[in-house]
Amino acid sequence: MNKAAQQHMTYRQAVREAMREAMQKDDRVFLMGEDVGRYGGCFNVSEGMLQEFGEDRVVDTPLSESGFTGCGIGAAAAGMRPIVEIMTVNFSLLAADQIINTAAVLYYMSGGQFNVPVVIRMATGGGKQLAAQHSRSLENWYAHIPGLKILTPATVEDARGMLWPALEDPDPVLIFENSTLYNYEDAYSGNGHTVDISTARVRRAGSDVSILTYGIGLHKSLKAAEQLSKQGIEAEVVDLRVLRPLDNETVFASVRKTHRAVIVDEGWKSGGISAELSARITESLFYDLDCPVERVCGAEVPAPYARHLEQASLPQPQQIIETIQKMGGIHG
Amino acid sequence: MPSLGSQMIEARLIQWLVKPGDTVKRGDIIGEIDTEKGLIDIEVFEDGVVTELVSEEGEVIPVGSVMAVIDGEDEGEKAKAKLASPPEEPEKKEPRKKREKAATPPEQPETASREVPLHRVKASPLARRVAEDLQVDLSKVKGSGAEGTIHKKDVEAFAKQKAADETFEKELDMAEHLSAAGTGGMRQAIAAAMSRSNREIPHYYLETEIDMKVPLDWLNEQNKERAVSDRLLPPMLLIKAVANVLTELPALNGFWTDEAMHVEEGIHIGFAIALRQGGLVIPAILNADLKSLEETRSAFVDMVMRAREGHLRSREISSATITVTSLGERGADKVYGVIYPPQVALVGFGKIAKRPQTVDGAIGIRPTLSVVLAGDHRASDGHTGSRFLEKLNEQLQHPEAL
Repeated sequence: MNKAAQQHMTYRQAVREAMREAMQKDDRVFLMGEDVGRYGGCFNVSEGMLQEFGEDRVVDTPLSESGFTGCGIGAAAAGMRPIVEIMTVNFSLLAADQIINTAAVLYYMSGGQFNVPVVIRMATGGGKQLAAQHSRSLENWYAHIPGLKILTPATVEDARGMLWPALEDPDPVLIFENSTLYNYEDAYSGNGHTVDISTARVRRAGSDVSILTYGIGLHKSLKAAEQLSKQGIEAEVVDLRVLRPLDNETVFASVRKTHRAVIVDEGWKSGGISAELSARITESLFYDLDCPVERVCGAEVPAPYARHLEQASLPQPQQIIETIQKMGGIHG
Repeated sequence: MPSLGSQMIEARLIQWLVKPGDTVKRGDIIGEIDTEKGLIDIEVFEDGVVTELVSEEGEVIPVGSVMAVIDGEDEGEKAKAKLASPPEEPEKKEPRKKREKAATPPEQPETASREVPLHRVKASPLARRVAEDLQVDLSKVKGSGAEGTIHKKDVEAFAKQKAADETFEKELDMAEHLSAAGTGGMRQAIAAAMSRSNREIPHYYLETEIDMKVPLDWLNEQNKERAVSDRLLPPMLLIKAVANVLTELPALNGFWTDEAMHVEEGIHIGFAIALRQGGLVIPAILNADLKSLEETRSAFVDMVMRAREGHLRSREISSATITVTSLGERGADKVYGVIYPPQVALVGFGKIAKRPQTVDGAIGIRPTLSVVLAGDHRASDGHTGSRFLEKLNEQLQHPEAL
C-alpha cells in the first residue's frame, strides 16, 4: 500500500466524510435531524455541512422524533435518499412506531408499491455518565424486526464505508454508532471505498475461543485477546458488523474452528442479540461445542450514573479474560 | 492368572502345588508360573478349599483367566463334604458357583454388576463426537473440567495413551514370540518397558554426594556383634532410608496412569537384582516404611535368595511403587537410571568409595556415595526431588534412628 496515501481519521470524521461524499454524489441525499445544522450535530458529526450544502439539504428539525423520522420515511418512499439522524437510540423510542410499524413493513403492506430506502443513524451505548435514560444499547430491539437492516460500524473503515451501500439499499437501514467511538482514531487509507453491509469479519484470528461482538465490544474484546495471548490462549475476535441479518456463515466457521464461543455485548442478555447468537450456535453447532456458550453482557439494571458503578455495569476486558480462562477444556 | 505388571498378558503354568480337596489359606503358594520375569510363585488371596484345577500344567494362560476354583471359607465345609461323598445328587446340576476364585484378586460380586450406576458421564458435545470418531469409551475417560466434565482434549489424551499402550502391548507380543523362539523373553520385556519409559516419561535427574562415614561406622559397630549371615549391609540401610523419606514425600511414591499421578499409600521399594543368567528382576520389599531395619534386612536376604532361585511371589514383583538400583561395590560411580513405568521415580546408588571430601574446612578422605534421583517430571518437580535427596542424607546421618 502506498504509504503517502495513508492518513489518520477519527470515527467522527469518517461518518462526516461518508455523508459529504454521498451528498456530493447524489442529489437525492439529504441530512435531517435535531441540531444537525447550525449546531453541527449533538456529537459534532455534521459540523460545517450546513455551510457546505445549504438549508435544503441539511435540515434542522423540531424536537419530535416521531414527526421527523416519519418525514424521512415519507421522503424515501417518494424517491429521495434521506439520512435521518436521531440524537441517541434512547430518543428513537419516540420514533419506534414510524420505524417498526411503517418503515419496516411499508413495502410489504403496499404490495410492493413503495419501498423505503431511508437511512437512520443514531448514537448508542453507555459509558459517558449520562445515566439510565441516556445510556441504552437498544440496537438489540431493532435487530428483532424483519424488514430492517441493522449496521454497527466499529472501525473507522466501516464508519466511512457503510453509509453509501446503506443508501443504495432499497430498504430501511439503521446505523448504530457507539458514542464512545466518535473520538476513536485509526489509520485510514480506503480513499472512500465502500464496504459490504452483509458480512461479519474476523478482526483477530485465533484457535482456542471465538469472541463474537460488535461496536465498542470489539475494542474491549481485542484488548482481552491480547492479554489472553500472553497466557497462551488464542482468541479469535469476530466483529459482527451487521446485527440483522446475522452472518451465520462467518460466525459458524469461527466456532467450528475453536469449539468455544463467548458473546460480548453491552446490551442486556435477556432477549438480546447474545441470546439469539447463543441459540443459533447451539441449534447448528451443538456437536462442535466443547463447552457451553458464554456471554459477557451489560448488567441487567438501569445504567448507573456514578462512574465506577457504570463501568462495573458494562462488559470490561478483565471480565472477558476471566470468563474465557474458566471455559472448560481450554488450554493455556 | 494374576497380572504381575501392566505389561504382562499371559504366562505358562509350570506346576500345581495343590490338588482338589486341599485346604488353602491366604498367602499359600499354590503353583508356579513362568513369565518373562522368570519363575514366579502364585499366591492365593482367599481361604478355602480347592475344588477344581482348570488350567493344566504346561498351558499358556492369558491374564485374567480362571486357573482354579476355590470354594470360600463358608462353603468350605460343604465342599469338603461333597468331595468326600461324590455319588450324592449326581444329576442335579450345581448352579454356577457363586464365588469362583483363582489367584486373582476377587472380582465384583455378580449383584454389583447388575446395578447400573445412575450418574451419567458429563462430556461436552464435541468430546462425545470425538470419542465416537476415536472409538473411546467415555466412561473410562477422566474429565478435566468442572465436576469432571470431559472435554475434547481429555478424549484425545486418553486415545493417545490407549494407542501408546497398544503399541507397548504389540511390542510385548513380539517379545513373547521371540521368547517362544528362544531369544530371551526377559530381554524383550526389559526392552519394551525401557522403550516405553524413554518414549513417555520426561525424566529429570538430580544428583548429590553423601558422606557415608557415619552410617558405615555405625554398620561396622552393629556387625561386630552379629554372625556373618546376619550382617547389615549398606543396601538395606539405603532401602530403609528411602522408605522413611517417602513417607514425607508421597509425590514420588506411586504411579502415573490416565494422565495423572496416583499416590500409593503403601511404600513398596523395588530393588533391581541382576541374575546370573543375565537380565534382572525387581522384587519389592512390601511396606518397607513399616518394617524395622532388622525386618528389612531379613526381607532383603530372603528375596535376593528367592530371586536367584526363581521363587519370587507374584505380589512381590508387581507391587513396587518406586525402584532403587545399586550396581554394588564393583559398580559404576554414578547410576542414571531409567524409570520403570508406571512408577514415577528411580533412585540410583553408585558405589561407596573413598573420595576426597571437604571435612571441617579441610580436605579429608571419606567414604562417599553418589545418589542420583530420576524423577518423572509429569508427576513431580525438581523441588520435590531436591528435598528427597536432602532428607535422604539426613536419614543416613542418623542410622541409629532407622
